[in-house]
Amino acid sequence: MREVTAAAVMAAAARLCVEANLRLGEDVLAALEEARKREESPTGREILAQLVENARIAWEDQVPVCQDTGYAVFFVELGQEVQLVGGTLEEAINAGVRRGYTEGYLRKSIVGDPLERMNTGDNTPAVIHVRSVPGDRLRLRFMAKGAGSENMSRLAMLKPSAGWAGVKEFVRQAVREAGSNPCPPLVLGVAVGGDFEQCALAAKEALLRKVGEPQPEPRVAGLERELLEAVNDLGLGPGGLGGRVTALAVHLALLPTHIAALPVGVAFACHAYRHGEAIL
Amino acid sequence: MSDEPIRLTLPVTGEADAEAIRALRSGQRVLLSGTLYTARDAAHRRMVEALARGEELPFPSEGAAIYYAGPSPARPGRVIGSAGPTTSSRMDAFAPALMAQGVRVMIGKGSRSAEVKEALRRYGAVYLVATGGAAALLARRIKSARVVAYPDLGAEAVHELVVEDFPAVVANDSAGGDLYTEGIRAYRREADV
Repeated sequence: MREVTAAAVMAAAARLCVEANLRLGEDVLAALEEARKREESPTGREILAQLVENARIAWEDQVPVCQDTGYAVFFVELGQEVQLVGGTLEEAINAGVRRGYTEGYLRKSIVGDPLERMNTGDNTPAVIHVRSVPGDRLRLRFMAKGAGSENMSRLAMLKPSAGWAGVKEFVRQAVREAGSNPCPPLVLGVAVGGDFEQCALAAKEALLRKVGEPQPEPRVAGLERELLEAVNDLGLGPGGLGGRVTALAVHLALLPTHIAALPVGVAFACHAYRHGEAIL
Repeated sequence: MSDEPIRLTLPVTGEADAEAIRALRSGQRVLLSGTLYTARDAAHRRMVEALARGEELPFPSEGAAIYYAGPSPARPGRVIGSAGPTTSSRMDAFAPALMAQGVRVMIGKGSRSAEVKEALRRYGAVYLVATGGAAALLARRIKSARVVAYPDLGAEAVHELVVEDFPAVVANDSAGGDLYTEGIRAYRREADV
């Protein structure tokens, strides 16, 4: 067994929260620059230019890229040979979020009870998903998930007879109805298959792939291109004010499912798509 | 974006200002200078509850401009943190009541309900959009900030902001123009649904 301290997990979580919120990833920036070249709408091009400039200013002024610094969402891969010492994983991550959001001057956006709606004051609790994996490493993947995009998430339990055409139409409809609310140009995580909650989780996790990272499976890559084209044909464009680039990328996950089921989940990320990872 | 931006000073005071607001048309770019008040979900609920009790709004409402925003905290020595717009549709249920109190300009992101568009016509008001997510860029245009109501709401408190050349686009005007519908129609490549 290899020991990893709770203090190390806390420090890594805190750093991820601050860095991801202040510095837009190179993958997203490159995708925005590329989008600027092919956007035909003058308004759209102006918005894309603002977004690139915004990322530069955020880092220079040490302020968040977007004021909605989000739910703190962690996907954790916990190696089976890792022994966590000095505290629990959940406590360590939440302590990191508390420190990162406070010391990084990030906005605290979490309410403790969804009906009473009192702010917890430190952006905890984080949303934490843990998977046990082989090996002696602990991998923390983080996203700051704003509510503008999160509120547009959709899941449907389609009939298997709906097939790929039904999936495509559902994704297109979800993006069309979301309109400008999720702050396009978007990154979309789409999962097909699994059961209800696995589908939602896989759609969210699909977002974590780097934007522009090639999809290794040619068949899936083809389906991703098809979805991207269908979404961009909607004409929403940057800011939803009309244009060619409604989405920067679509990341697709296909999962085993039941003979009677065809679940489809769509997770939305805005253009201020803030994510990062640490390996301990 | 087309042409030079139109400069507006806020709040809207006097007939000439009111006419300038009514004359705005969807798609025009504007640069705002003067005073804005931030208010989002919780502050709107409180303001409308206050009105129901016969109380006044917590800021001078005549000709006022409301910015749907909840800024991130300011670092020491800074005016404000990041301060981009939030999704306006969550305030749709409250906006007509505030326009009835004199509010004439709303700034946010995303499309509005039929009721809000109708109220824009009735009151000669305008709905502007700022670029969602351009929160650091927009924050540089904010020259001062102070909390004027509901400090217990934290980021959701009502802040009085003084802005200079704050960039926005007219989304919905008082004549029924709607940039979201018009802009998307020009680039859509699918059959009408």
